[in-house]
Amino acid sequence: MSQNASISIRNLYKIFGTHPLKALDHVRAGMGKSELMSEHRHVLGLRDINVDMRAGEITVIMGLSGSGKSTLIRHVNRLIEPTAGEILVNGENILVFGEARLRELRRTQMSMVFQHFALLPHETVLDNAGMARSVRGEDRSAYEKDALNWLERVGLGNQGGQYPHQLSGGMQQRVGIARALTSNAPIMLMDEAFSALDPLIRTDMQDLLLELQQELQKTIVFISHDLDEALKLADHLVILKDGIVVQQGEPQEILLSPNDPYIVDFISDINRARVLRVRSIMDVAPDHTPQTAGTVDADATLESVIALSEGDTTLSYEVHRNGAPVGYLNMQKLVRALVPTQAAKNGMRNSTRSPSD
Amino acid sequence: MATYDFVFNGLGLREWCDQDAEPRPMSMADLLARGSGGDSDTSWATSLWELPFPSLDTLNQACPAIARSRDLTRGLEESFLNIKDPLKVVLDPVTQPLSWALESALHLFTATPWWVMLPLMLALVWVASRSWALMGFVGSALAFLLFVDHYTFAMQTMSIIFVCAFLCVLFGVPIGIAMSRSDTMQRLTIPVLDMLQTLPTFVYLIPLIFLFSVTEPKLYGIAIILYAIVPVIRLTDLGIRLVDKDVIEAAEAFGMTRHQKLVRVQIPLALPNIMAGVNQTIMMSLAMVVIASLVSAPGLGVLVLRGIRNLELGVGLMAGLGIVLLAVILDRVTKAALARVNAAASVPRH
Ligand SMILES: Nc1ncnc2c1ncn2[C@@H]1O[C@H](COP(=O)(O)OP(=O)(O)O)[C@@H](O)[C@H]1O
Ligand SMILES: [Mg+2]
Repeated sequence: MSQNASISIRNLYKIFGTHPLKALDHVRAGMGKSELMSEHRHVLGLRDINVDMRAGEITVIMGLSGSGKSTLIRHVNRLIEPTAGEILVNGENILVFGEARLRELRRTQMSMVFQHFALLPHETVLDNAGMARSVRGEDRSAYEKDALNWLERVGLGNQGGQYPHQLSGGMQQRVGIARALTSNAPIMLMDEAFSALDPLIRTDMQDLLLELQQELQKTIVFISHDLDEALKLADHLVILKDGIVVQQGEPQEILLSPNDPYIVDFISDINRARVLRVRSIMDVAPDHTPQTAGTVDADATLESVIALSEGDTTLSYEVHRNGAPVGYLNMQKLVRALVPTQAAKNGMRNSTRSPSD
Repeated sequence: MATYDFVFNGLGLREWCDQDAEPRPMSMADLLARGSGGDSDTSWATSLWELPFPSLDTLNQACPAIARSRDLTRGLEESFLNIKDPLKVVLDPVTQPLSWALESALHLFTATPWWVMLPLMLALVWVASRSWALMGFVGSALAFLLFVDHYTFAMQTMSIIFVCAFLCVLFGVPIGIAMSRSDTMQRLTIPVLDMLQTLPTFVYLIPLIFLFSVTEPKLYGIAIILYAIVPVIRLTDLGIRLVDKDVIEAAEAFGMTRHQKLVRVQIPLALPNIMAGVNQTIMMSLAMVVIASLVSAPGLGVLVLRGIRNLELGVGLMAGLGIVLLAVILDRVTKAALARVNAAASVPRH
C-alpha cells in the first residue's frame, strides 16, 4: 500500500473576520472567544493548536458543535487558510505551497469524507468512487478495477451503476469511503463522517473503518462529537473546546485522568466498562504475586472481564499480551475504575455544566 | 418678463445671457401656448400659486443663453448620429453572421417540405420529452396550422426563435458563469440586465433602426436577443451560486482545477436552473418576434400586424391563435426536457 504520512500542526491560530491579524494580537494577549466576539466582532476559530498526528494512526478530534473541529480539519488540506502557524505534512510546511503543489498534495496525498457525503449526484456510484483518480487525469479503464474493488469491500459491489439518490444514507457514505480509498492517498480526512447516519448503521460503519484500517494503516483524522465513537476509533484523542485543545493523548489515559471539568462532564455518561481496557488499569509489578483465576488479554474490555469473573470481586487475573504475561488485574481495582473520576462525584460536573448542543 | 429674471439679474449674468440672443426655434411652451391659442403675456404672472419649476424651458425664458429641453433631445440625437458611423463600422461586420444565420434558417425552415419537417420536429419532441402525449399534441397543433394555411408563417417565426434562442444560450451561459465567479462582475451586470428587461421594447428598437437598415434581418435578431438573453444569464448565475457548498468543497478537497470544477460539478448541478432560464428565454423570444414584425421580421407577427392595420379581425385572431399554439408547444417541450433533467439530478436534501 501507499507510504504513510504524518501531520503536525504547530501554533495554529484561525480568526474569522475582516481584520484577523489585528484580532490575533488580542488573542495572543489572552482574550477569549466570547470577549473577542463582543468587543471586536471577530470569531475565534482556533487558538494555539499543537497536535501531532502520527502516521498510520487514527487521530480523533472531538468537541461540541462550534468548537472548531471542522475548521481544524480543513486546515490540513488548506480548504481554510490559517491566520498564523504551521502545518507540516511529512515534515514539509504546506503553507508555503503554491497553487499547483497544493493541488498535487490534495490529489495524491489526501482524501476526504464528508458528513453529508458530497457525492456528485449526476454521476454513477462507480464514477463517484473513481472521482479522485479521474480528477488526476486517469482514464476510467485505469481506475475502474480499483473502484469496483473498493465498492466491493464496502459492500456495494452491485451498486456501481446506480446513482447516489437511489441509495440510502449509509450506502452513500460507503460510496464516500470507497471514493477516499480508491484515491490511494495515505491521508484520510473524515469530518463527522458517520454523524448523519442512524445509530445501527453508524456502528457498522465504525467497524468497517476499523477493519479497513487494520489492513491499510492510513493516517486518519476523524472528527466526531460523539464520545463513544471517539473512544472506539481513536489511537490519539484530541478534545477541543471553543477553539482550544483542552486535552489530548491516549483515550484511556484521558478517561482515567481528565484534566478539565469540561472533559469530566463529557466522560461522566459513558459506559466505562465497555470502553476501558485491561491494559489501562492492570498492575505491571504488584507487591506480591496474587493467586490468579486465569488469564485475560491486555486489550480486553473490563466488561468482558466482569462477565468472565461472574461478578466475583475477590479474584485476580494474569494479563497476557500476544501470549506473554505482562501484568496482573485485581477485580477490586477494576470495580473502582468503573466509578467516574473523583472530580465528577464531588459535583464538579454540576457546577460547570456547559451548554450542549 | 420671465419668472426667473431676477436670478440672473441678481447674479449679474444678464449680459452673458443676452450676448447672443438671436431668434431660436420655439420652445415646447411656446408651441403649446400657440396651439391652445392662449395669451402668453398673462401666463407669466408671478403669483406664487403658478410659480413654474425652474425647468430648462422656464429658465430659457429668462436667459436665452440656457439651452431648452428641445435642444437637449436634439443634442442626444445629434451625438447619436455622430457616433453612428464609426459604430456601424464595428457593428456591421460583427453582426453580419447573425443576418446570414437568420436568412439561412428562414430558408431552411420554409423550403423543407412539410412532410420532412413534421416528422423531424416530432422526433425532436421525443428526444426532449420522451412523452407520447406531448408528441400527439405537437403533431395535431402543427397539422392544424398546416390545415389553415398558417404553416409557413409559423415556420418563419419558429426559425427566428431557433436562431435567437440558440445565440442567447451561446452567449448567455458564459456571461452567467462569469457573473457567478466574480461579485464585481455580478454587480456590474445586474443593472444592465435590469435595464434590458424593463425598457419598453420599442425604445431599443429606435436606435437599432438608426444603426441598421430595416431590411436587414439582424435588426430584429439583435432586438430579440437583447430582450430574451436576460433570463438565461440570470438563472445561470443563480444556478451556479446555489450549487451545494458541500459538493464544491469535495471537488476542491480532491484537487479539481477551476475548469474541472466548472465542467464536472457546477454546470451539471446548475443545469436545472439553466434549463429553466432557457425555457424563459425561448418564451421571451416568441413574445419579441411578434413585436419585431414592426421592423420587418417575417412570421405570424406580420399577420397580427395586418389585422391591426387593416382592421381585419379574423386574420389577427387566427394569427394570434397560431402564436398561442407555438407558445404552448415551445413551453411544454422545454418544460418536459427540464423535468427530465431535474429527475436525473434529484438529490434528497439533508
Ligand atoms: N467562515 C466562517 N466565518 C465566521 N465564522 C466561522 C466560519 N466558519 C466557522 N466559523 C465559526 O468558527 C467556530 C467553529 O466552527 P466549526 O469549525 O464549524 O465548528 P464544529 O465543526 O466543531 O462544529 C464557530 O463558532 C463558527 O461559528
Ligand atoms: Mg463541523
